[in-house]
Amino acid sequence: MVSAQPAGFGHDTRHELIRFENVSKTFELSDRTVRAVENVNLSVARGEFVVLVGPSGCGKSTLLNMAAGLFHPTSGEVYYNGSLVDGYNLKTGYMTQNDHLLPWRDVVGNISTPLEIRGLARGTREARVEQLIDLVGLQGFERSYPSQLSGGMRKRTALARLLAYDPETLLLDEPFAALDAQLRLNMQIELLRISRSLNKTILFVTHDLDEAVALSDRSVVFSPRPGHIRHIADTPLPRDRNLTTLRHDPLYTRMTAELWDLIMPTLQETRGEAS
Amino acid sequence: MTNAEIGYAPASDEKVAEDRKRRMDKARQARTRERVKLNLIRLLMIGGFFALWEFASGRLIAPFFISAPSAIFRRLGGWIWSGDIFYHMGITATEACAGLLLGSVFGIVVGTILGRRPFLARLLDPIITTFYSLPKVALAPLFILWIGIGMDMKITFTAAIVFFLVFLNTYTGVRNVSRELISILYLMGANEMQVLRRVVLPSAITWVFAGLRISVPYSLIGAIVGELMASNKGLGALLVRAQGEFDTAGVFAALVAIMVLAVIFNTAVRLLERRLMPWKSAEQELEGAV
Ligand SMILES: Nc1ncnc2c1ncn2[C@@H]1O[C@H](COP(=O)(O)OP(=O)(O)O)[C@@H](O)[C@H]1O
Ligand SMILES: [Mg+2]
Repeated sequence: MVSAQPAGFGHDTRHELIRFENVSKTFELSDRTVRAVENVNLSVARGEFVVLVGPSGCGKSTLLNMAAGLFHPTSGEVYYNGSLVDGYNLKTGYMTQNDHLLPWRDVVGNISTPLEIRGLARGTREARVEQLIDLVGLQGFERSYPSQLSGGMRKRTALARLLAYDPETLLLDEPFAALDAQLRLNMQIELLRISRSLNKTILFVTHDLDEAVALSDRSVVFSPRPGHIRHIADTPLPRDRNLTTLRHDPLYTRMTAELWDLIMPTLQETRGEAS
Repeated sequence: MTNAEIGYAPASDEKVAEDRKRRMDKARQARTRERVKLNLIRLLMIGGFFALWEFASGRLIAPFFISAPSAIFRRLGGWIWSGDIFYHMGITATEACAGLLLGSVFGIVVGTILGRRPFLARLLDPIITTFYSLPKVALAPLFILWIGIGMDMKITFTAAIVFFLVFLNTYTGVRNVSRELISILYLMGANEMQVLRRVVLPSAITWVFAGLRISVPYSLIGAIVGELMASNKGLGALLVRAQGEFDTAGVFAALVAIMVLAVIFNTAVRLLERRLMPWKSAEQELEGAV
């Protein structure tokens, strides 16, 4: 199940959407140099759900930022759909643990922001926003400001906003980390359903190995900083899976244990390091 | 798969929000009660102060120095009756208002541009700091030379004072805008104007209003100092005239009029603030709710 090199689905270059080629990123700070990631080679296929796991500070967020074009690699290249990523990659949408809603706009305003930017007519916009509010179950809170919402509702608003501008690729950086178990499961189910039905490509960062296995087609395990790929594991579960009964699936249990064995040593290496 | 299929409804989530709403209602009631109490005590304090003043006048201290509340109100009454006070207040209010408007528009525009263009900001920094540390009152004679002693001089003078306060606050606000929020908007395909309108300005507006709030008293200072130096109309001129006639009651009456104007200005800024930042009131109501 676990192999040291990319296999299966992601290896078919005809469908390749994102490619990290010998990517390294170094941050020059005033007092020191931080080597965030080193020599990362990764190919992500269109429609694939790839999860990045690894100790904190190993450069997972940095890789997402480079896919979005917010950072330039120090060396190596990031390709998106065959062309070099250079500047904001408008094919990607970002969602992080901090939901980054606009505090000055209510739920409707936040969700319709990307639609306004695209210049959709008011009527079209309102209809689409209403649809999305139904989809994420926020009826009754249309006029609430983010400060008036609970953490889960904010997350759902952010997801609805992300879906509103419908980017080809979703970059999700520990999006559900702050949620309680039940809400997280609910969001995971929604995300999986949506990503399958809209054929989204997803790069998903998480600390949670259960989450990694439950959602992924492939899991990429990183070493401690400077982060490089230690293992890539195909998830032996069908793409059409039921997250609520997953825990009884022996394949799931075995895969989680395998990932755990991969991650454990790296956790011990980084123990005591605060980052 | 829908929520119903997996037997999970996000009920806890909605309950949290409802709970929060209920707590907010309760907090609002408590605040109203406290406001009534505060106002009652204030009324008593002010009444006591005026009674003491009236008593002391002529008995403990000569009326030449402190006049008396009754005399001041009589003088005010006279000015109101003749309409004089409205004329002078109108002049001062126009100068302060126009100066405030002009100064803050320039302050917001320049603050926003420099906030978004760090190179320009670094380039101009020493010049701005130098001008900022100059006491603006010292500029009044220059403005009189350039523009004369009409209302436009007071407006320009006031605008110069207000400009720096609003500029510095706007600049700080724009520099403090979350870079992640800006990136997220750019990823949505936004252009610079859309980012400015949807992220930068709403985010900086808290700072802009902080600048406006401190600018209100300064705008009155600008207008009145201008009038004190050279004018025959406006509350500053009224003040000078009363002082020249050794009319202590008149001086106090003019001060009362200035205070009234300041209160009106402050209230207007606060109302504008509430109107332009509805999300802020929503945040304030959360006090006490974690
Ligand atoms: N914008 C930045 N400037 C300087 N250093 C950064 C920046 N972003 C990330 N880093 C550093 O790069 C390393 C990797 O960070 P990050 O990608 O956020 O790790 P992860 O998401 O895996 O926890 C960390 O040491 C972090 O401090
Ligand atoms: Mg991170």
